[in-house]
Amino acid sequence: MENDVLLTMRGICKSFPNVRALNNVDFTLRKGMIHALMGENGAGKSTLIKVLTGVYTMDEGEIRIDGEEGAISIRSPQEARSHGISTVYQEVTLCPNLTVAENMFIGRSERKTVDWKGTEKRAGELLESLGIPARPRQQLGSCSLAVQQMVAIARAVDTDCKVLILDEPTSSLDDNEVAMLFRLMRDLKSRGVGIIFVTHLLEQVYEVSDQITVLRNGELVGEYEVKDLPQVELVEKMIGKDLDDLSKLKGSVPAGGTGKEILYEAEGLSSSESRPFDFHIAKGEVNGFTGLLGSGRSESVRAIFGADTVTGGKVKVEGKEVKITKPLDAMKNGIGYLAEDRKRDGIIADLSVRENIILALQVIRGIMHPISRSQAEAFADEYIKALDIKTSSPETPVGLLSGGNQQKVILARWLLTHPKYLILDEPTRGIDVGTKTEIQRLVLKLAEEGMSITFISSEIEEMLRTCSRLIVMRDRNIVGELTGDDLTQERVMRTIAKGGGKDE
Amino acid sequence: MNKKKLFAFNSQLLIPVIAIVILVIFNLFRDPSFFSVSIASNNNGDPVLQGNLISILNGASELVILAMGMTLVTAACGGQDISVGALSAIAGSVFVKVLKSGGSISPGLVIGGFLCCCIVAMIFGAFNGTLVSVFGIQPMIATLILFTCGRSIAYWINGGATPTVTSPVITAIGGFIPGIPVPTPILIVILAACLFALLFRFTTLGLYIQSVGINQAASRLNGIHNVGIKLLSFIILGACCAVSGVIGVSRLGLINHETLLLNIEMDAILAVAIGGNSLGGGRFNMIGSVIGAYAIQMLTITLYAMKVPSTDVKAYKAVVIILLVVIGSPVVKEAAGRFWKKISEKGTAGTGKEAA
Repeated sequence: MENDVLLTMRGICKSFPNVRALNNVDFTLRKGMIHALMGENGAGKSTLIKVLTGVYTMDEGEIRIDGEEGAISIRSPQEARSHGISTVYQEVTLCPNLTVAENMFIGRSERKTVDWKGTEKRAGELLESLGIPARPRQQLGSCSLAVQQMVAIARAVDTDCKVLILDEPTSSLDDNEVAMLFRLMRDLKSRGVGIIFVTHLLEQVYEVSDQITVLRNGELVGEYEVKDLPQVELVEKMIGKDLDDLSKLKGSVPAGGTGKEILYEAEGLSSSESRPFDFHIAKGEVNGFTGLLGSGRSESVRAIFGADTVTGGKVKVEGKEVKITKPLDAMKNGIGYLAEDRKRDGIIADLSVRENIILALQVIRGIMHPISRSQAEAFADEYIKALDIKTSSPETPVGLLSGGNQQKVILARWLLTHPKYLILDEPTRGIDVGTKTEIQRLVLKLAEEGMSITFISSEIEEMLRTCSRLIVMRDRNIVGELTGDDLTQERVMRTIAKGGGKDE
Repeated sequence: MNKKKLFAFNSQLLIPVIAIVILVIFNLFRDPSFFSVSIASNNNGDPVLQGNLISILNGASELVILAMGMTLVTAACGGQDISVGALSAIAGSVFVKVLKSGGSISPGLVIGGFLCCCIVAMIFGAFNGTLVSVFGIQPMIATLILFTCGRSIAYWINGGATPTVTSPVITAIGGFIPGIPVPTPILIVILAACLFALLFRFTTLGLYIQSVGINQAASRLNGIHNVGIKLLSFIILGACCAVSGVIGVSRLGLINHETLLLNIEMDAILAVAIGGNSLGGGRFNMIGSVIGAYAIQMLTITLYAMKVPSTDVKAYKAVVIILLVVIGSPVVKEAAGRFWKKISEKGTAGTGKEAA
């Protein structure tokens, strides 16, 4: 068995400013095995991959590879390739305007001139032996995404590859294309290539992988044989129980707004990114969408806010039918939305804390009714104090603040609009534990004051503590709804794991 | 607090102010009489101000107005409009066409002509803006269209002729209003600056433009209409083109579609850049652009005063501009920042000791 070991990583540590991304992680890959690397967001999967491919340099630890004496150091992607480690990323990183053969051999010729005839012949042979339905002279852009992905794999394996890393290769493929990709993966496996498969989709892991390594919060949870690890246990290991000081909040879950007046109601709401779903929230209720990453929870709340193109459905706010097709509609109906990606969709980095705080209220008031400078300063001071935002001055560009304080600025922005319904998509991601607790306390306090809140978090404990109703999603569909006594980690995991209905 | 404000002022307006100061010092050493301003009387016997300083302020008028509009487009779209010269020529041609339509040129007709060319220029601005905001074409590529064909359109408007317009009203716009010693273009610039000040005071346009320029996705999720804001910035720039076109025509009393404000787009972009604004969009400081425009004009007049042949002026200008943009570059700024920090640390350490 030990002879089969292809790659070992021992005690890998990697820190970034303020974050320990990897802490003493081990990883072993064996010949002819497909090894799934699993973990929620921020677990350290991509950091581990980047260490292995030389994008990052590890702080501590050693990497050994079969056939080479001693520990190796990988300082650049070129070095990784020279050790036989190749990567295919989620997004195809080839040139769509070149031909398939050109893409497979570009940048790899040792001589200054290229023997195109020979190249095409070799490409043809390789494509045929791997069963990839593409012609060497075909323009890459004219192939389907799956075939492009496979060409990228063919390019990777041709460079005498021992270790192939597939980073979410299936995320933009349909079922048939995934099947095609899996056939290729099994073929490579039978040739002795070791494959590291990174994905969020449980079903695919169970269909194609042999082994699973689970990471959580930068630490190794364990290495398992797929046949020994039922889906429920995998989900449990991925989500875990966090042992922070948040347990104080436990038990303060409000009775919930069920039976009270319905504030927002959607029927068959769908957007360009989400499938039709029904949803409602009562006044003063805190509910949440849960599910693994990519389950469609963010897309659902984006549809509620009109952040993506709304394609259908009926929406009622306080019993009145309204049209919400763009963010401003939602804002005028008293809905606020804190986006998942703080940097991309939240902060206006170069604007000051003050300008960021007043932005949403200002937009609701309209272009002809500016908030006066003194009023804006008063608002900013009020919320900097109320939320304890740590900034040297209200005039500091918000981009210079820490993540947690940026998040508070965006919270302040929405609270200033006095919304009736506030959607918080991952408000606690990537911020320190202290701020996490503050934000959860704030959510409960606001709900007590009558605000309806939808709360999304990858950390299930947080949701169990704050929400009185959980909507469980899997593979872009709602697969269950949990309330009252059902609000336990186990029930959530079971619902996620069984939700597909194909597993048992 | 006060110190911080001062520092903020420094970092934003440092380059244009330095440019002006250097030019002033240079001229003081070269020839102090460069700055003398005198009152003379013109052909009509009215008192008028004269001197290099006045001709700098006067001559920069069109550039300042265009630079103000260009600042908005740059901030909102992260790109520049290179068709402002051509669009000013179109606006000037429309202005002259309207003036020529009546028998005599009355003040009412002049106002009508200005309104007409304003509307036409704003429509062309909207055309540029639509290409940029709706179709997502890069501003420089989108405005390349009008840059290329604009002067041909101006040519068609007056049938290929370069008609002259002579009227006391036109002379008053391009020169002096009887009884007022300050050149009228300077007054128009002050008026335009006041209009912009009012625009930023009574609307939220400034905030929206910066927001869109910095982060489109987040602006959209905060309910800001990205397309509308970008379009609006181009329409405002169109109006600026109309004003500078009218000034340009009135100065000469004729429209020459080939030479009116030729190559001014590059100076306008340069003014925005010297003004400490990022050409990639986002935060802007219009005062910086205005000072930048005056610095460019001052440089030109200085060179003329030094009897540099007009054919060589551009080459000398280039040297100075290279210096300015290098001083304003992030690399030099960062180095200066480190240097500044070192000095101030030493300073505080010193005061600390004193206190002890």
